[in-house]
Amino acid sequence: MVPPVHFTERVTMTDSTDAGPVLAADGTPLKKKLAQALFVSRARAFGLVLPLLAFILVSFIIPILSLMVQGVKNDTYSANMPASTEIMKGWDGISEPTEKMFAALVLDLIKAREEKSIGRVATRVNREVSGTRSMFTKAARKAGKLEAPFMAAMLNIDEDWGNIEVWGAMKVSSQTYSAAFYAAAVDADYNADGSFERLDEKDRIYVYLFIKTLLVSLAVTLACLALGYPVAWLLASLPMRTSNLLMILVLLPFWTSLLVRTTAWIAMLQSHGVLNNVFVWLGITTDETRFSLIYNMTGTIIAMTHILLPFMILPLYSVMKGISPAYLRAAKSLGATNWTAFWRVYFPATIPGIGAGGLLVFILAIGYYITPALVGGQDGQLISNFIAYHMQKSLNWSLAAALGGILLVIVLAIYWLYDKVVGIDNMKMG
Amino acid sequence: MSQKSLQDAFVAFDHVQKSYDGEILVVKDLNLQISKGEFVTMLGPSGSGKTTCLMMLAGFEVATHGDILLKGQPINNTPPHKRGIGMVFQNYALFPHMTVGENLSFPLEVRKIGKSEREEKVRLVLDMVQMGDFAYRRPAQLSGGQQQRIALARALVFDAELVLMDEPLGALDKQLRERMQYEIKHLHEQLGITVVYVTHDQSEALTMSDRVAVFDDGVIQQLAKPDDLYERPENAFVAQFIGENNKLEGIIRAQEGDNVIVDLDGGMTARALAVNCGAVGDRTMLSVRPERVALTGDGSNSTDALVQELIYLGDHIRCRMTVSGHNDFIVKVPNASGHKHLVVGENTKVSWQTEDCRALDA
Ligand SMILES: Nc1ncnc2c1ncn2[C@@H]1O[C@H](COP(=O)(O)OP(=O)(O)OP(=O)(O)O)[C@@H](O)[C@H]1O
Ligand SMILES: [Mg+2]
Repeated sequence: MVPPVHFTERVTMTDSTDAGPVLAADGTPLKKKLAQALFVSRARAFGLVLPLLAFILVSFIIPILSLMVQGVKNDTYSANMPASTEIMKGWDGISEPTEKMFAALVLDLIKAREEKSIGRVATRVNREVSGTRSMFTKAARKAGKLEAPFMAAMLNIDEDWGNIEVWGAMKVSSQTYSAAFYAAAVDADYNADGSFERLDEKDRIYVYLFIKTLLVSLAVTLACLALGYPVAWLLASLPMRTSNLLMILVLLPFWTSLLVRTTAWIAMLQSHGVLNNVFVWLGITTDETRFSLIYNMTGTIIAMTHILLPFMILPLYSVMKGISPAYLRAAKSLGATNWTAFWRVYFPATIPGIGAGGLLVFILAIGYYITPALVGGQDGQLISNFIAYHMQKSLNWSLAAALGGILLVIVLAIYWLYDKVVGIDNMKMG
Repeated sequence: MSQKSLQDAFVAFDHVQKSYDGEILVVKDLNLQISKGEFVTMLGPSGSGKTTCLMMLAGFEVATHGDILLKGQPINNTPPHKRGIGMVFQNYALFPHMTVGENLSFPLEVRKIGKSEREEKVRLVLDMVQMGDFAYRRPAQLSGGQQQRIALARALVFDAELVLMDEPLGALDKQLRERMQYEIKHLHEQLGITVVYVTHDQSEALTMSDRVAVFDDGVIQQLAKPDDLYERPENAFVAQFIGENNKLEGIIRAQEGDNVIVDLDGGMTARALAVNCGAVGDRTMLSVRPERVALTGDGSNSTDALVQELIYLGDHIRCRMTVSGHNDFIVKVPNASGHKHLVVGENTKVSWQTEDCRALDA
């Protein structure tokens, strides 16, 4: 005997397969009803994150994208010198410039002078071959009165116009999209024929700066680790009340302005500052041979270590807090000395914290700007200071963008490497 | 305690006191001697100082006063890693970043034992706990019971003569717990190790131990074999703590040899074995086990009882009655053929033998 309940069940089941889709109570198909309900809840959730999303888009994604574009795009020349830009496309960059090219150049020069854009164009070309700026301004002043044949006329103004290098620089400048700035950012020359060439030893700056920035970041990270590890351990193992007090001391820097902290270091480290006075007083050094602790690399490393220290301590602390004291006890009961127990059992358990703290400090250090600018002096400047220089002083935004782009790639590469070696899911922030 | 017996004992606590904060004594004057090969369990309610004692023995806590001796030598100043005591922790404390095999070879590595010997020992101990196939697993990939076995194996792999276990089965379900009890007991006998075991589960203590130390309030209330503990409790705490107990309070009227005559508060007069009671005129607590009470009028102590509640438990029937003014008097009626059928509200007679009724401290 089949109980009646089964019967009704069977009936509804046949209903749903034979007589079309299952209907909700009000007659609309169930699937549609469900999709509607889900859509409303999704839309509400989306509405909640929308302000943040918009903010990130405007303040983060768009600037980064435009930065990436800036690094390869520069239309200063092509927008203002259309005729020569056009004719330059057909030129191979090696053969002698022709009369036609000179004619186009003169046409452009006249136009640029009228539109008052000649200064910018000249600056652009000058970045490729220095010393060409005055050639352009001078030629533009006289261009209106020149008569054909233009080649001879131009050479008459300045015989450097016959120099193939100048024309190569113009060809490179005329490319709206070019690798010239990225090449410059890694100390290379981008030639008119599309080839790259490393700069002379004495002219190289940026590769060395990148390496220096990485090394300084590494040094700061290691210093933070060496100083932060014991502190984090203390924080995690002391009784609650004492550790809370200590935690406030660790967090204190966060409540003080970065600028104030950096200037405090100036007062501390300068040659007649607190530290040097103490050294002299202690007889470690004499009044004449005071240590130069600031306005150099030493100052940069000391101040950056101090400022970034909490970023190391906090992730370490949160990881250490989660390590049960039973592990250390177990290790000791198994015969391990204090050191072995620490090294074989406790330390491996803190690696996620070291990874998180190290990555955080390293990546923050790579892009650090204000501290090196204030206490770094001549040789304590890092890559970000040069990016700022090109943004604010030399106004070579494309180079700044290229340098920034390379920095971004380095950070992503480090992140990727970290993920490969340690694994990003192993990271614990707190 | 004679100096001689302290020297002879494998483990000895000699007037040990412990205070964490300088105000409260968590362990008060602990004296305990454990012979080689013995399985001694510390049993007691939460906070009674069991873990503290174990930690002092292992070397993670320092005794505030008194000596702890291992093989006749005071070990108060020996650091934990030199004591050579195996330990199983409540949450196993297996090192999560090492495989099972690495966990097991850790104590051998720190003892500078060669690789081949290490592998051999690890293999043997894994086989011993029937976990031979698990050497390459991480602790997180094991079930609770398997982790427990590995923790046990790790405490045994370096041939420790003394193994301490702090509620090692606390996290396991009942069935697994019972199986592990049996296995631990088996390993204890097979290896001849000395075990100090901590639990608050009395059936675990009774089934596994050679002797049980019942702790309360930092004092050992009774140290005895399991059957003595159950059948011959020496004070009211032990009688109440171990197994089920009927207590009847009253005043001692007279003493006759080993027995005392007690006037119970409910009016009845009972005869009991004088175990730990005061003199005539003092208050005492009589203890009778529920299974030693008979539903007959004869016997040396017999009184009226009113049936309050009956609970059918299959092999026996638990019967709650009012006896001598106490309405939580329990009688276990075996479900034997032809046993007496009681009804709630019925008046009946209960009786017990004098030797089953112990007069203890009030
Ligand atoms: N590190 C410590 N600092 C201060 N007091 C402690 C410390 N450890 C334990 N105590 C106190 O000592 C007393 C005994 O604790 P212990 O851990 O020995 O009890 P236990 O018998 O093992 O209890 P449980 O069965 O709950 O594990 C408790 O009152 C506890 O609060
Ligand atoms: Mg405990």
